[in-house]
Amino acid sequence: MPDDPKSPSSPPPEGEPKPTADKPAAPSSVTATASGSVQADVKTPPEKDKALPATAPVPPKPAAAAPVTPPATKPAAAPAKPAAPTPTPWDSPMVAKLKAGYGSGIEPLTYAGQNYMIVDRSLIPEILQVLRNEDQFDYCVDITAVHYPQREKQFDVIWVLYSYARNERIRVKTQIVDGESLPSSVPIWATANWLEREVYDMFGIKFDGHPDLKRILLPEGWKGHPLRKDYGILQQDNEWVQINLGIESGQ
Amino acid sequence: MTDANSSLSHLDLETPEKPFLDANELVINMGPQHPATHGVLRVILRLDGEKVLGLECVIGYLHRGVEKIGEHRTYTMFNPYVDRMDYVAAVSNGLGYCETVEKLLNVEAPPRAQHVRVVLTELNRIASHQLWLGTHALDIGAITPLFYTFRDREEILKIYEKYCGARLTTHAFRIGGLQYETYAGFEKDVKNFLNFFRPKIDEYEELLTTNRIWLERTKNIGRISAPDCIALGVTGPVLRASGVKWDLRKAQPYANYKNFDFDIPTGQNGDTYDRYLVRMAEMRQSVRIIEQAIDALPEGPIIAKVPKVMKPAAGEVYHSIEAPKGELGYFIVSDGSTQPYRVRVRPPSFVNLQALEVMCRGQLVADVIAVIGTLDIVLGEVDR
Repeated sequence: MPDDPKSPSSPPPEGEPKPTADKPAAPSSVTATASGSVQADVKTPPEKDKALPATAPVPPKPAAAAPVTPPATKPAAAPAKPAAPTPTPWDSPMVAKLKAGYGSGIEPLTYAGQNYMIVDRSLIPEILQVLRNEDQFDYCVDITAVHYPQREKQFDVIWVLYSYARNERIRVKTQIVDGESLPSSVPIWATANWLEREVYDMFGIKFDGHPDLKRILLPEGWKGHPLRKDYGILQQDNEWVQINLGIESGQ
Repeated sequence: MTDANSSLSHLDLETPEKPFLDANELVINMGPQHPATHGVLRVILRLDGEKVLGLECVIGYLHRGVEKIGEHRTYTMFNPYVDRMDYVAAVSNGLGYCETVEKLLNVEAPPRAQHVRVVLTELNRIASHQLWLGTHALDIGAITPLFYTFRDREEILKIYEKYCGARLTTHAFRIGGLQYETYAGFEKDVKNFLNFFRPKIDEYEELLTTNRIWLERTKNIGRISAPDCIALGVTGPVLRASGVKWDLRKAQPYANYKNFDFDIPTGQNGDTYDRYLVRMAEMRQSVRIIEQAIDALPEGPIIAKVPKVMKPAAGEVYHSIEAPKGELGYFIVSDGSTQPYRVRVRPPSFVNLQALEVMCRGQLVADVIAVIGTLDIVLGEVDR
């Protein structure tokens, strides 16, 4: 099981060393100045003329080489740090109504122009039902999960919902601990059937009341849930392979 | 026969049904290795004579763990992988992925790149629909359309090949725009193709639209109502054929689709024939879009300023596009590092396939083939 170096716990520290390197649009234009001297001359014709007779600077000559250099110079470019975009509160009549009903159990936020709400686990069945019945979110686009092994509540479970009537898309997110189950939303949206099965298959999250909760993409009898962070990218169920395929695993 | 499909309460497999023939219930396997299943799809059919009482899809034979791979590749490195999901519409997959990462990075592709993207994506929609038409007709027993559509699809693949060197898994787009400027004569090639292709749609229609065998095999077959479509999350031409006028290109425009004038074709009956008509009409609309895009192709840069080492700020974004098969969504979680923390793909084929049960109940075995064809699934995308 040669596990990939990118272990689940590493992300935050890994991100730290060069947080300024390149953030969204604004900074990228700034970083360009750092390497700009190199890049710019390569592209402008005058520089080409200069480069030819001057025999000299080898690197700028091939246009293709230019883009390669920036990474090296990047750390030096520490431009005014753009405030990393952060989620801002999301306000709408619907949210106000939900807030009034459920109070602090709901945290409505906006990020990159997209609205979502973090909902307390205990409110999930009710909120989903209300969103479907009262707020017309009649299309459940997707159900998925994210694994954060270093957290106490290891899993984010996300419902992406869309309302045809309002042409609005939102996400509902909740956090659960490993081993905790969620109520199935199959009675609310029939499409949840396969989507929940996939979440179960890939993360091992159970959905209570699901009509037929079993693996969907992996064969039955497979051990482990591959999209958990502690499941290595090259790992597989060797026992299953041996028994069912009759071959020695190549790993 | 069709009333069995009208309500989702019939989803329950145990619903007692009147025996059709006085025979025992028969359970048979269709697939996984069968050309009419368009890949490796296994369908377990419960039959009463030839009538389908219920069915269950067994999928996952092509599972390659694309989402897991995504967590172990940089944003740029993962880009070619998405082409391998819906491999007959690789360009659409790439568009969805690139736009999602662009949202995370907060950059926007320059206008010229957007136009070229629209041209290539709509060409891809035509190619995908052509492949669907050819194989769908072949499944039902009409061989000729396959030759016609593959002959014409070749012209699109040639344009791709000239543009980026690949025919199917094109990797045509980059995060932030395009890697390659269009080749000399690109516009001419595209215009020539449009002129060549317009009469070809009529040719396909001549073969099928009023063909009596075609009508018998598709009319009132595999009906699904609009409420069922919505409950089952079905999108794309299948949803539109049931009468829901919804297309992400109009509802929540991405790329620069809002600049183009086109219609959303819809059907009324939600049967296999209507889905056929909708897709035929969609090809004509795609021609319209490409025409406008290629005529108004702006000059300018083809890629926005994106860092070589992409490290989107920590955050999560869901973005979806109207792929030829329906809503293709990407949910990407960034932790601020060079690799996505989580990439979730919401594949239209996977969700649409779930409706097979509702559409086939009460139909005959031979119609199951027609319905699988009309759903237009690609197993590479179902299983990922």
